[in-house]
Amino acid sequence: MSENHTDAPGQGVYLYAVTPGGEPPRDLRGVLDGPVRPLSHGGLVAHVSDVPLDRFGEEPLRRSLEDLDWVEGVARAHHRVVEALAAAGPTAPVRLVTVYTGEEQVRDLLDRRHDDFAEILSRVAGRREWGVKAYLRRQTPQPAPVPPATTTAGGDSPGMAYLRRKKENLRGREDLWRAAAERAEDLHAELGRFAVASLRHRPQDPQLSGRSEAMVLNGAYLVDPAREEEFAAVLGGFRDRFLDVELTGPWAPYSFTSVDLGAGRAGGVR
Amino acid sequence: MTPGGIPAYLPERQRDTSLAAGGRLPPERVALVDLLDRLLAGGVVITGDIVLSIADIDLVRISLRALLGSVRGTEPFDPLGRPDAENGRYRPRQEGERG
Repeated sequence: MSENHTDAPGQGVYLYAVTPGGEPPRDLRGVLDGPVRPLSHGGLVAHVSDVPLDRFGEEPLRRSLEDLDWVEGVARAHHRVVEALAAAGPTAPVRLVTVYTGEEQVRDLLDRRHDDFAEILSRVAGRREWGVKAYLRRQTPQPAPVPPATTTAGGDSPGMAYLRRKKENLRGREDLWRAAAERAEDLHAELGRFAVASLRHRPQDPQLSGRSEAMVLNGAYLVDPAREEEFAAVLGGFRDRFLDVELTGPWAPYSFTSVDLGAGRAGGVR
Repeated sequence: MTPGGIPAYLPERQRDTSLAAGGRLPPERVALVDLLDRLLAGGVVITGDIVLSIADIDLVRISLRALLGSVRGTEPFDPLGRPDAENGRYRPRQEGERG
């Protein structure tokens, strides 16, 4: 333990997650390969490592955040720590790059936000987050067949026929979009029936996702182990010639750490 | 953007029928884009005077916007934009948060 750790000048304390206690995983390495240590206070444990403020201060950070490689490095280090903690027990991850100037501030945080963390931890305990992404298939056939170009029904000029076909295609595409969006809604609702909470992230940018198809659902679901089979069974029913459905996870409960989560109803079935 | 060029969706296809048996992907195999969804829009947001101003979401948002906007050269992508909120069950900003 490092209760006697003295805050070195120029060092910040990077916070990864808060857990209710228990034996923390050993030899965890975090951002910049710094050793992760537990800070126990008031029945909660904050998992932190030291980072130099000349790299994690506001100004250097502003520059670093424009470097996607840097962001990826920090994100993966953060994730690695959170994963190890989540594999060991209930874990409340904090937002990427949460840095304090010293341990005393972290203990103060555990004091002030004790009840919030306790609530989050009890909500996520024993549950896992799953991600479901649905894409509109690019090869999806148009709903209405396009008449051959040589047909000039109704005495249209070739130009008129062209415009009409173009309009029909456009309408077909809009219909397709609407149908896909509805189907995604249904999928989200059906998955929500087997989840204790669910939400939709924004659709991913194709530049980052590496897939050119339009994403129509980017959902996150907090699921009890007992419902995972039923949850997974939903996916097959929605994989068809319109939608491609991907599953990611299990994740630490990143998406379900808002303290007002489920405030509207118990469970968030949707 | 997937590490090692392995499409993140491939391993999951066969796992649907038995999630519990699937286990976790090694952290380095997780697609960055899925990770950023969660790390930049999820996680407990801690704010207040004691934080070294880095949980400042706007800072991250603005920087990534600039980054991704410059990558694409088109309309900037906003990974931190408010997700489709469902009856307030997801709250990107918390009480007392600066911004």
